[in-house]
Amino acid sequence: MKRRQFIHSVGAGAGLTALGLSAGCATVGGSKGKVVVIGGGFSGATAAKYIRMWSEGAIDVTLVEPNPAFVSCPISNLVLGGVKQMADITTSYDNLKGRHGIQMVRDTVVAVDAKKRTVTLAGGSTLAYDRLIVSPGIDFMYDKIPGLNNADAQSKVMHAWKAGPQTATLRKQLEAMPDGGVFAMSVPLGPYRCPPGPYERACQIAGYFKREKPRSKVVLFDANKDVVSKGKLFKKAWADHYNGYIDYRPNHKVIDVDVQTKTLKFDFNDDMKADVLNVIPEMRAGTIARTAGLTTLDNRWCEVDFLTFESVAQKNVHVLGDSIQGAPGMPKSGHMANQHGKTCAAAVVAMMTGQEVPSSPVYANTCYSFVTADEVVHVASVHSYNVEKKTMLTVQGSGGLTPEANKLEGVYAMNWAHNIWADMLS
Amino acid sequence: MRLIPKLLAATFSALLLVASPSMAQDLQVKQWASACANCHGTNGRAEGTAVSLAGQPADELIKKMAAFKSGERQATIMHQIAKGYTDAQIAAMAAFFAAQK
Repeated sequence: MKRRQFIHSVGAGAGLTALGLSAGCATVGGSKGKVVVIGGGFSGATAAKYIRMWSEGAIDVTLVEPNPAFVSCPISNLVLGGVKQMADITTSYDNLKGRHGIQMVRDTVVAVDAKKRTVTLAGGSTLAYDRLIVSPGIDFMYDKIPGLNNADAQSKVMHAWKAGPQTATLRKQLEAMPDGGVFAMSVPLGPYRCPPGPYERACQIAGYFKREKPRSKVVLFDANKDVVSKGKLFKKAWADHYNGYIDYRPNHKVIDVDVQTKTLKFDFNDDMKADVLNVIPEMRAGTIARTAGLTTLDNRWCEVDFLTFESVAQKNVHVLGDSIQGAPGMPKSGHMANQHGKTCAAAVVAMMTGQEVPSSPVYANTCYSFVTADEVVHVASVHSYNVEKKTMLTVQGSGGLTPEANKLEGVYAMNWAHNIWADMLS
Repeated sequence: MRLIPKLLAATFSALLLVASPSMAQDLQVKQWASACANCHGTNGRAEGTAVSLAGQPADELIKKMAAFKSGERQATIMHQIAKGYTDAQIAAMAAFFAAQK
């Protein structure tokens, strides 16, 4: 059938065009079906763009995203420190529509009907799909912190762990705090989004205090027993740059917050009152992943087939990014989510155009953290599919850490940010 | 006019080449190469001062990766990443980037 169509096209004088199209899609000019993507973050936007690219337009893609523009969590700690502005971490979704022909729907998916293959939007309408990609990121388990389990409290005590208005508000709270004040933040038990993020945040806010409010300090309450990621590198940065500015207290799990008196309460330790609070609650997969029945692990994370990112619970439904139960050594990071997006895109294009699904995915994680305004440390790893264990495993001998914080990697980190934002949105 | 049958034959064989089982291979190589995009840009076309891989000759890319892998060439991160890939994967990715104009 393909040959006959092809000859027909050549006969019509469109031979070279047909050849160009043939590399990506079997049918000339026809649609190979429809994909709906829930969530335009690092994984969802990337998957949407790459499905369009690799199917050469043969697969229709609709991206449902409530936010008007993408705001990046990576680099957002520099906004909190006053080194970058909100505009520096904000990118428009316009190119996804203009350059890639993705239909953008500014709304939220509130229900998935996997049998009918439709999703229902908060606005009331429904969208049909052949394959659904669920990439809603994380939501917070406020039910574990009673004092924060209401909208009013949540409007006063920021998590700033989803970049956007929360980031801007926390920055304003820090600016309004008088010199000599105490900024208290909490780190939840893992797994949580961006393992080194809290420690980078402590560096950036301590840097701000050192420059502009030198009598102030950061108290970092960590529910974990030690720094979760890049421990030696962060502790060295704290000793080298922020002596007297950062008070690190491991084994401190926040169990409640008194919003009126700005007091943190712990399971075993004395209460702590501060001037500005930043409470990062424990996390689970985004709400729609739970309501769609995809959170197969502890009703918290979504298990997937690592060749396709298809849910183990629902056919034709893929889950990406921070919502999934990661493979061993796989962090919840924007970089990793972007790689999920592309691996899933390759599989979805293969399945919808009658090709074989790539059977040996390999991808890397690179995570830069700013320990000062311009010095950076990294951790990297390479992950390869293991056929026997049916999961991604880190490749032995690959990856590693920065030996010492340095400015060259500060340049590389910003290059990384601009390239990954462009990779998902340009 | 005689060109047309030849052109047809050529395009036909080219089509068979890409439409054969190598298409899955094609997507596999694209998946591998796409992992580089986070720092080196989509299809190896980089933003900012990052190194573009697009259009670099395949043998040069292979040599560079081999030097990162062996430790002969110093780096901040590429020596750690290069060790995660087999020589065959590197060769396939190098051919992909060389073909990007």
